[in-house]
Amino acid sequence: MNKAASDDLDLPWVGWALFLPAALFLAAFTYYPALATLFESFFSNAKGGRPARFIGLDNYSTMIDDPIFWQALQNNAWFAVGTIPASIALAIGMALLVNRALPGRAIVRMSYFAPTILAMVAVANIWLFIFAPQIGLLNQVLSSLGIATHNWLGQPDTALAGVTAVAIWKEAGFFMIFYLAALQNMPANLAEAAAIEGASRWYYFWKVTFPLLMPTTLFVLVNAVVNAFRLVDHIIVMTKGGPNNASMLLLYYIYEIGFKYWDTSYAAAMSMVLLVILGTVAIGQFLILDRRTHYR
Amino acid sequence: MSVAADSAFQRLLETIAAWMLALLWAMPLLYALWAAFHLSGDSSHLSFAPVTLSNFRYVWGAAPFPTYFLNTFLLVTLIIVVQFTLSTLAGYAFARFRFPGKNLMFVLVLLQLMIMPDVLIIENYRTLNALGLIDTIVAIGMPYFGSAFGIFLMRQTFKSIPKELDDAARIEGAGTLLTLLKVYVPLAKPVYLAYGLVSVTYHWNNFLWPLIVTNSVSARPLTVGLQIFSSGDQGIDWSIISAATLLSAAPLLVAFLLFQRQFVQSFLRAGIR
Repeated sequence: MNKAASDDLDLPWVGWALFLPAALFLAAFTYYPALATLFESFFSNAKGGRPARFIGLDNYSTMIDDPIFWQALQNNAWFAVGTIPASIALAIGMALLVNRALPGRAIVRMSYFAPTILAMVAVANIWLFIFAPQIGLLNQVLSSLGIATHNWLGQPDTALAGVTAVAIWKEAGFFMIFYLAALQNMPANLAEAAAIEGASRWYYFWKVTFPLLMPTTLFVLVNAVVNAFRLVDHIIVMTKGGPNNASMLLLYYIYEIGFKYWDTSYAAAMSMVLLVILGTVAIGQFLILDRRTHYR
Repeated sequence: MSVAADSAFQRLLETIAAWMLALLWAMPLLYALWAAFHLSGDSSHLSFAPVTLSNFRYVWGAAPFPTYFLNTFLLVTLIIVVQFTLSTLAGYAFARFRFPGKNLMFVLVLLQLMIMPDVLIIENYRTLNALGLIDTIVAIGMPYFGSAFGIFLMRQTFKSIPKELDDAARIEGAGTLLTLLKVYVPLAKPVYLAYGLVSVTYHWNNFLWPLIVTNSVSARPLTVGLQIFSSGDQGIDWSIISAATLLSAAPLLVAFLLFQRQFVQSFLRAGIR
């Protein structure tokens, strides 16, 4: 191929040739599997020489009748609701705290951010230790305060909260850096003007700072929602969805059905639910977010 | 209280709050560090027991960690080499070329930011099985070779480079690839650093997909090896597990401590698009 043409801008095949290698991989591992998932969800599993056959919506009706699916979906919703506002609020708080002169600011910022670069598997191992029934740090602290200990991950009523706490700890520092950058780009004369007007800090935050942070919040929100449905590493390490499906999340259930029970067509049907959720987020982002702030 | 009346007392309160939160945030990691350097009998309660390296020695000998390290190293190297190459080419196409279907293609590329290979595990497993690549390092990396994030990042970067530089190179007779290599790539060095750090961190830490697609020591990366080790016979020995966990995270943690600013800047640059 001769790509040395002088007027490349008007030579469409050069553009395509440059895009093609990436396009092939994107097609093979994102677009094709997304469509194949839809296709497979209408078929039965091929078993022992018996080929897969078209079964229409059977996998979907199985899904509607599957209480574990509904529980996973509900847990995932609670997981998102538990993780997202808390980590965003913490991220804003952290950013505000380290955006001003502070003794040891570098160390403070580092401890907020450090969980971001750790693997979720590693993080989950450490937190498993913290939540451990007798010797865990949390129970030791509680019992030294005279509060009754608890088997945090072993009880259905606290298992989901436990894995939620881990996700908050992991994500808040990551989101913080975006707020910090936004705060540093904020015009200083705004604060001065507010000071002259005698505005209280609380008022100033809600009327000036928070609205100005809105583009950042939307960006972080999209990330947080995607993460809430994409990250299940800590579930695998900490609870395996248990006890009694109390911490079962959608992707983890898909993984179990697909790779433990090899019911891949049912897993495909549930994957469609996940794809619809993520697709909705994508469309929402296209519609809501201001294109200029997002695409420069 | 007004914004100006930032009293010394209030500053003190905020400093204390910042430090308390920092301590709370650092606690899990400090606790793991403490446990890893103490014998398991001592690690279940905080005390001034002697520091020991025996946990690390045990872990290194008890599981094939050297192989896991090598696998992870090969994996992240493979991924960033391919991602850099493909994203540079495609980013250039979207930044400087007109081609039919460009806008539609760009929207499709952006869609991958949401619909990631991480959630397409069933079909991607099937594909790699059909290619006969299950239980190879290539199979772990392949779904991530085409990176919407990388293409987008390089497009934005190349768009900000003056078109005149491109024209000048071409007038001197440089072709498309040479222009890309001599004009665009050198000017994008900080972006490659940022992209590289984010990508290496992501794939060093990635777990679910490598877990699914590998089934032997020869291909397993650190994360999967760590999980298999931790859920094995050593079950409850927290000192051993802490040592293994820190060992697997050590290269990234050390790099982070040394190049803190670059890490934060990279994640920031990569996020704000």
